[in-house]
Amino acid sequence: MTNQTPPPDNADDGTPAEYAGSTAATTSSAAIDPHVSTHRAEPIPDPGLPEHTWRPTDVDPRAEKRAERQVAAMFGAAMLCSVLFVVAYFTFDIGDNWDTVAGLGASTVTLGLTLGMALLLIGIGIIHWARKLMSDHELVEMRHPAASPPEDREATVAALNAGLDESGIGRRPLIRNTMIGAVGFLGLPAVVALRDLAPGDVLDIDRLAHTIWEPGMRLVRDVVGTPILASEMEMGDLINAAPEALFPSEENGYPELHGVEEQVEKAKGAIIIVRMNPDDITPAEGREKWTVDGIICYSKICTHVGCPISLYERTTHHVLCPCHQSTFDLADSAKVVFGPAARPLPQLPLAVDEEGYLVAQSDFTEPIGASYWEREKHEQQLQD
Amino acid sequence: MSSSSRIDTSKVATTNGTTAATASKPGRAGSLASWADERLGLGTAMKKNLRKVFPDHWSFMLGEIALWSFVVLLLTGVFLTLWFNPSMGHVTYEGSYDQLRGIGMSESMASTLHISFDVRGGLLMRQMHHWAAMIFIASMMVHLLRVYFTGAHRKPRELNWVIGCLLLLLGTLEGFTGYSLPDDLLSGTGVRAADGFLKATPVVGTYMSFMLFGGEFPGEAVIPRLYIIHVLLIPGILLALIAAHMLLLVYHKHTQWPGPGRTEQNVVGFPMLPVYAAKAGGFFFMVFGVIAIMGGLLTINPVWKFGPYDPTKVTAGSQPDWYMGWPDGLLRIIPSNWETVLFGYTISWNVMIPILIVPPLMLVLLMLLPFIEGWITGDKREHHLLQRPRNAPTRTAVMVALMTFYGLAWAAGGNDIIAIKLDLSINQITYFMRVAIFLGPVLAFWITRRWCISLQRHDNEKLLHGYETGIITRSPDGQYSERHLPISGTAAYTLTARDRDEVLSVDGGRDAAGVPAPNSRSEKVRAKLSSWMFSHNVQKPTAGELEEAHHHAQHEAELQSGLDQPVDGHQFDDHRQRDADQVPLRDH
Ligand code: HEM
Ligand code: FES
Repeated sequence: MTNQTPPPDNADDGTPAEYAGSTAATTSSAAIDPHVSTHRAEPIPDPGLPEHTWRPTDVDPRAEKRAERQVAAMFGAAMLCSVLFVVAYFTFDIGDNWDTVAGLGASTVTLGLTLGMALLLIGIGIIHWARKLMSDHELVEMRHPAASPPEDREATVAALNAGLDESGIGRRPLIRNTMIGAVGFLGLPAVVALRDLAPGDVLDIDRLAHTIWEPGMRLVRDVVGTPILASEMEMGDLINAAPEALFPSEENGYPELHGVEEQVEKAKGAIIIVRMNPDDITPAEGREKWTVDGIICYSKICTHVGCPISLYERTTHHVLCPCHQSTFDLADSAKVVFGPAARPLPQLPLAVDEEGYLVAQSDFTEPIGASYWEREKHEQQLQD
Repeated sequence: MSSSSRIDTSKVATTNGTTAATASKPGRAGSLASWADERLGLGTAMKKNLRKVFPDHWSFMLGEIALWSFVVLLLTGVFLTLWFNPSMGHVTYEGSYDQLRGIGMSESMASTLHISFDVRGGLLMRQMHHWAAMIFIASMMVHLLRVYFTGAHRKPRELNWVIGCLLLLLGTLEGFTGYSLPDDLLSGTGVRAADGFLKATPVVGTYMSFMLFGGEFPGEAVIPRLYIIHVLLIPGILLALIAAHMLLLVYHKHTQWPGPGRTEQNVVGFPMLPVYAAKAGGFFFMVFGVIAIMGGLLTINPVWKFGPYDPTKVTAGSQPDWYMGWPDGLLRIIPSNWETVLFGYTISWNVMIPILIVPPLMLVLLMLLPFIEGWITGDKREHHLLQRPRNAPTRTAVMVALMTFYGLAWAAGGNDIIAIKLDLSINQITYFMRVAIFLGPVLAFWITRRWCISLQRHDNEKLLHGYETGIITRSPDGQYSERHLPISGTAAYTLTARDRDEVLSVDGGRDAAGVPAPNSRSEKVRAKLSSWMFSHNVQKPTAGELEEAHHHAQHEAELQSGLDQPVDGHQFDDHRQRDADQVPLRDH
């Protein structure tokens, strides 16, 4: 396997000895390391690296010139695209006309195309250059085992031991142990310093047991905040509702809630109200008086991991959570009939006030939403 | 380089004017290099690396795609930070997008809309950022599969495998935190689910949730906290790990496919400078360009359509980004009511198993794969030649089983979509998945292993009897047979360039090398596993078998060509010309 005639024209890259086509000795078994897998070249012996063959651009000056022009043309076109990017940036408005082309703004489309083409052309140009014009001689490099030579390793271990010895860490366990302890105790400040991620009594997890609902609070429509007359509800209706306290006004006298508190109470207080034939309802023990003429109310927050449930099928009284498809039977205390949830949706005891509006008899009698470690304790506290 | 000889060096020399630089080669690049070397002393390290050899194969590009899309993420991400406002403060949107004007939302959502509709190129950058994130994670996964299926995770590269697994984990977390930032309805739903996951953690879960959210969900701390995790903490760790990944790659040198002249002791390919640098650099621009075009043309995460987050609202078909889909699928197929109360405390198995137990377990398993395999085979040698997946049937089948598990879990994460598309009930699909998630991987393992073994047999057929030409000959007594012709010498060598597998046997050492009989129970287990791993494999033919087969073939050929046709069949392919003097199979 010897290299054949050098290419006539543009072999300007003086071929060093390690070029692939010119070395037959690469498969010699000299200096085989025991750690390296030796492919025994059997039953067929290694024929060695194939000869190098010349590309048209190596031997034909016209092909070479053509490739050169192609690469330069791509770089030129890339420049043009960058200029077009600038043109598009200043030409196309954004804002209202955001869906003018392909559902996107003309600006987005043209900026993306011009930038993308500029980049692509540069990339393709460079690769074309590499493939056609740069030397395509493969090189051979020998590998070395990942491990250092044994002498080096021994020297390092010796140095390590000398260092440890001189420190006396092995001979003075008192110092060693107290030092480990001292560094370990630094974990305390590190962990405790994070305590105020939820500062002060904000970390009071017992808040999870309660929502803003209280006896006599009206149920209001979730967007507009208007109270709901029991007589207004049709059979089969489902209403997404909220506690009236989230819509404070002079009339109802609830205090204004600020940002975080409002969001928290909104996230916990959301409910759904449905009206069904009272005969369809399987009354649970102790909950016989929680409904008003077949109007029944549950937390909207899924007991699985807390998505708001949404899809109601009136014929079966099933409600489905869109996140992982837990299905609850609203006619039967919202028990789980399908899906990964483990507990029924908490039920809100209902009554009507003197004006005929739906009100809560009390807060929920168990924590709403996803389970948590202390949940059972909270439920017992609430029921005592 | 000799190209420098074309440059007129006299000018450089006169302006340089020092005598100290005479040792270095003249030339502009050379004098710049000396300037730097006199200050940084990089010459010694660069001496080897500038012309370091990288082997070429299309599958080696997968990791590069991941690398370059990470660079695109850094660039587009920094652009987004210039306008993005990670605050949950409440504002009324007054920007250009009609349908949401006058609606209350968080500042982070409003600034995302501002980037999308009032910053030129902003929507492009948002979409590029999101597409780059998808490509980043997808290419890491495919790259991981390539590494595993070809055996590149074996010694000495196990630690780089572990780093790769960590990169995949961090990329996924980075994607989740990024997805949460705009505070739109979909991302908020995801954050609420994350709150549920935290709360399902035993003992400390409730406190963890309160700490993350700065109190009860949703609070107003979580987006700023996720933001700093997204733009500083995880990218910093990613950057460090990627650097370590690359350094180890350079130190170990890239693996290569076996072939004539390509051995365990060498690496054959193109030098870093110029060819590899040009190809890799050019490829960066191509990845960047493709992402830019995708960002310009393909809508992704149109948060304006979902609207701002509202804890009482949800959209049907709520789905996380695809790479979070498989735990979501496991979450969906857990049967109802898996929760227990122990000593008055609630344990939510329904969330813990699919989110807190199985995914971390899978990750640990993934990271341990090279170590498990190394222990079973007892192989302490370094491996630099890649294996074809068929030549490691058990290993290949293990990964296909894991992929099947992943794929089924992922599909379960879209059970509502499948139900609509195929007009099935969600319940049916879920029941099916509950069984399939256990049976599927077993079946996949079995089929894959059989398949690999039959491919190995097929390879041996080709070695022994040549390839099928498709030429049918009829013998004088009326029998039809297909003509087989020997494969080329190069192909034959490449097919045999693999190790013979060695099974550790229980009753007396290794088959080939005489390792003493296993003494402990773990050794027995190991021997069993070794046999499970290797005993079905088909080994390459021995020299004797090859010879016998060739004698036979020659005899056949003589019989046939002597009768009715002087043709040897090579008229129908191009093998004769190329291999006329080097087909070892024919001159026996
Ligand atoms: C591996 C790296 C990264 C991944 C996988 C990733 C992923 C994501 C994703 C999926 C989004 C949602 C995009 C959307 O609005 O549709 C996002 C948003 C964002 N990312 Fe990244 N990202 C990465 C790195 C970075 C870096 C390094 C920065 C900045 C230094 C950054 C800054 C941002 C910002 C500011 C947003 C919010 C933009 C918006 O919502 O409009 N990201 N990221
Ligand atoms: S959150 Fe409702 S099913 Fe998971």
